[in-house]
Amino acid sequence: MYQRAKFSPAGDRAIAVELGNAISVSINRKVQSLLAAVEGQEIPGVVDLVPSYRSLLVYYDPLLVSFSDLTQRLSDLEQDLDQAAAHTPKLLEIPTVYGGEYGPDLAHVAEHNGLTPEEVVQIHSGAEYLVYMMGFTPGFPYLGGMSERIATPRLQTPRPLIPAGSVGIAEQQTGVYPTESPGGWQLIGRTPVQLFDPQREPPAVVAAGDFIRFVPITETTYDVIRMQVRAGGYNPATRDGR
Amino acid sequence: MNVIEVQEGGLFTTVQDLGRYGYQRYGVPVAGAVDPFALRVANVLVGNEEGAAGLEITLAGPKLRLLADAVIAITGGDLDPRLDDAPAAMWQAVAAPRGAVLSFGKPRDGLRAYLAVAGGIDLPPVLGSRSTYVRSGLGGLNGRPLRAGDRLPVSDQEPVGRKLPVEHVPSYGNSHALRVVLGPQDDAFTPEGIRTFLSAEYTATHQSDRVGYRYQGPQIQHKGGADIISDGVPFGAVQVTGDGMPIVLLGDRGTTGGYTKIAAVISVDLAGVAQASPGDATYFREVTLEEAHQALLEQEQVVQKLKDTPPAPLARLR
Repeated sequence: MYQRAKFSPAGDRAIAVELGNAISVSINRKVQSLLAAVEGQEIPGVVDLVPSYRSLLVYYDPLLVSFSDLTQRLSDLEQDLDQAAAHTPKLLEIPTVYGGEYGPDLAHVAEHNGLTPEEVVQIHSGAEYLVYMMGFTPGFPYLGGMSERIATPRLQTPRPLIPAGSVGIAEQQTGVYPTESPGGWQLIGRTPVQLFDPQREPPAVVAAGDFIRFVPITETTYDVIRMQVRAGGYNPATRDGR
Repeated sequence: MNVIEVQEGGLFTTVQDLGRYGYQRYGVPVAGAVDPFALRVANVLVGNEEGAAGLEITLAGPKLRLLADAVIAITGGDLDPRLDDAPAAMWQAVAAPRGAVLSFGKPRDGLRAYLAVAGGIDLPPVLGSRSTYVRSGLGGLNGRPLRAGDRLPVSDQEPVGRKLPVEHVPSYGNSHALRVVLGPQDDAFTPEGIRTFLSAEYTATHQSDRVGYRYQGPQIQHKGGADIISDGVPFGAVQVTGDGMPIVLLGDRGTTGGYTKIAAVISVDLAGVAQASPGDATYFREVTLEEAHQALLEQEQVVQKLKDTPPAPLARLR
């Protein structure tokens, strides 16, 4: 983590606020705190905020606020961050069916790591994953915290279409596909939860800074939750995170 | 409610406004007109809010039939617009009668035209915007480009409108000087790399779309690798990948990216990207942030002055 944030122009309508140059929980938490602090100020001319692993991109309208004034305000906020108060992460439980047609690569992930499929499920569902940031596609969470014991290279040939809700592994990362898309991740399960819905506010069930835990469920439970999701009556269990 | 009937969709015609801000943190791209100045002017010409939804028309235009009297304005690239086969004036409001057919010929200057209709295209906003983001099927008309048989609702308006003074009408040409502000990762490049970027000629390639334009030219040298820890990517960001070639990112860019960004094209020069055709020459020139903002202010004054001009009555074409 940098002693002081670095502020640089990202074109003529955005400021990149860089808080460090590593993927780390503490730097990321500071990003979330700064995000919350900037939002709390409702600064005129701030158009959008994009938190990522270790920086915050602040979009602004230069006709409403100058680069130097905005940089000064952001710098003041950064020096005066109350991290504990600014951001209380949520822990979301994502019900997931592992294996079978829902997770066609579970056996391969197990074999690759010299484990049984049950052990893979136990390890994968036993951890809490930090949502470092969202990106790549609407509602896609970049998760950190997966055990190296289940790390597996991507498929050699990506699948042309992966169903929404698929839970996968690529190298040291785990993730969940919010919408149907092509992809090369090793699929170990699927959740009936709709992670992204443009008709909902906010459109994603998780946000950067939250934690996720995958909870094993049966196919029957999957079907029940799927019906609840379709009827608009399902919200994943949420607790205050760490 | 009046309606535009789509008889032919054209190559890639989408409903766009000025973009979907506020949801990038959830990974939702901004989308929106990739030549925002052209759309804003089109809207002001017909008396709309400048952020009303219009059509972005790419290279080969659509064929549209107006099912009611309408006031329209066509701006941006000159794709040879025609109303009932007669040339249609650009950069000014035109009163088009019920039954008129708007079509396009061959591109003459630029690549993307914008069509505003008085009242705006009245589709339901998704996450606060009517912009189409095709990759995720968001916004616009069912999240996709227009095709034959589609119908677009528009609201009733008086036949009044404006004309952009000819001295402000852009011409795009086939050689584009793009002013850039360096950063945020210009320190990832060697001094020689920066010099190359700011002096060489680059050519727009066919790998160019609403996500971004990929250019070909002398290699821009990194100090080390081309990868960074992913961060937010602004409109106009110039990303340099491992092969040393620049990519300028536009409306449909991902919200975040993992390549070094040497610079970003300034707002007023984005048209020099969005209106470029494959094969066009492109030069990148450094300016200060102050110069970028001064240029933006001057462009805003043009839009503001146009807004302050009272709309004049328009004669119906027939």
